[in-house]
Amino acid sequence: MAGPRNISVSETSRPVLPRHAKLKYDETRKVWVILAPERVLAPDEIAVEVLQLCNGERNVGDIADQLAAKYAAPREAIMADVVVMLQDLADKGFLTEIREKTP
Amino acid sequence: MSDVLPNIPLETSDSLAVLEKQRSTAETFGIPLAVLLEITHRCPLQCPYCSNPVELDRSGKELTTDEWKKVLSELAEIGVLQVHFSGGEPTARKDLVELVKHASDAGLYTNLITSAVLLTRQRLSELADAGLCHVQISFQGIEEGLADRVAGYKGGHRKKLEVAKWTRELDLPLTVNAVMHRQNLHQLPEIIQMSLDLDADRLEVANVQYYGWALKNRAALMPTVAQLDECTTIVEEARERLKGRLTIDYVVPDYYALRPKKCMGGWGRQFFNISPAGKVLPCHAAESITGLEFESVRSNHSIAWIWQNSEAFNRYRGTGWMKEPCKSCEFREIDFGGCRCQAFALTGDAANTDPACALSPLHETIFKQAEAEAEGETSRFLYRNFAGGTPEAENGT
Repeated sequence: MAGPRNISVSETSRPVLPRHAKLKYDETRKVWVILAPERVLAPDEIAVEVLQLCNGERNVGDIADQLAAKYAAPREAIMADVVVMLQDLADKGFLTEIREKTP
Repeated sequence: MSDVLPNIPLETSDSLAVLEKQRSTAETFGIPLAVLLEITHRCPLQCPYCSNPVELDRSGKELTTDEWKKVLSELAEIGVLQVHFSGGEPTARKDLVELVKHASDAGLYTNLITSAVLLTRQRLSELADAGLCHVQISFQGIEEGLADRVAGYKGGHRKKLEVAKWTRELDLPLTVNAVMHRQNLHQLPEIIQMSLDLDADRLEVANVQYYGWALKNRAALMPTVAQLDECTTIVEEARERLKGRLTIDYVVPDYYALRPKKCMGGWGRQFFNISPAGKVLPCHAAESITGLEFESVRSNHSIAWIWQNSEAFNRYRGTGWMKEPCKSCEFREIDFGGCRCQAFALTGDAANTDPACALSPLHETIFKQAEAEAEGETSRFLYRNFAGGTPEAENGT
């Protein structure tokens, strides 16, 4: 299945775009877009960078580590921003997460 | 089944302004974002509010597989991002899988807008393999008695439930498109629950828009003001409760609104439609406006040329065509005077203010008429078909 909905983003979440949402570079308009039924979002550069790291394997903590290293910025501040951004996308139905199967 | 046109929800910001930042919302048009492909007008259902024109295209006039493929390639080239395969019933075309595959290969986001009654699990699986991004299934109610009566198709509701289940089993995202009117609005809470039970990603609570077939059936379909108020309350409560779990889009019948809808995001501004016979239209109902000539993909012109230069697209772009009260209205670039097809149908001139607007001199009369119809006794439908419509039998069959 496409993954659970109604998720609460935390450091251990492993977020991924749901199947109905496609992140793509639009060659004609020269912008990144997220395509979903009847909707088009234009994520900013930071959001695109975060979303490209959301592959369902990395967790939010890993993503914050990578960005903190790349931008030489405090990990905690980055983590807070990333969680807010991803939670907003999740609430709008543009993000899901991978969970371990419970036996 | 194209019950409603692709609807950019009113609360989101203007997509054209979002994607082409150098443009203001007042720009007359941009690079088209999404295209509704009505690949056939054939449909086994006979819904009395069908969004197709009253004069349907016969199958002999439909574009061929190769013609549709050429169209899809051209759309991707000019920057279109999304295509909606609609109809009629798009699955009535034998080449649908081939067309979806072609669109996916060209990089287009593909959506199937279907009544679902002709689909098999095998065919749905082939569509998924062809790269289909999303499935939207129309529902006429919550139980087969009412739902099958509205659709004029026995066994339809049960089949829809089955196909919705397959859709999720195949890991395809699902939208439930619930077309609402006076005779089924009381089922809304159960429709929301049904959407959850079907594991849908999205629900469209789409009140009927009164053009074409629906206008002919207005007296049987128009909700009361009280019904609509209750509907709004239910939607607002459900949106809050189901945040992140089920997206709910809400389309009200604009007769009861004070401001008209920004129809199609503005005439020829970001969307267009291609009819079964290949006419390039500013919206699915545009052919109802007499006196406008529409270009075809079978002409010598490219789709880009038609979008940019054709007389029909340019006629109602921007604000230059407006008359009073639109011309000097502070909202003229917000809603562009509402819907041209509705203005034409109800006033005889597409350049008039859409009577859905409270500033239209006809608003009061039309609102009162709709209100009276909503309180009336008429519940018999005129079913949609190629013969110009068939009245429902007295005993409701």
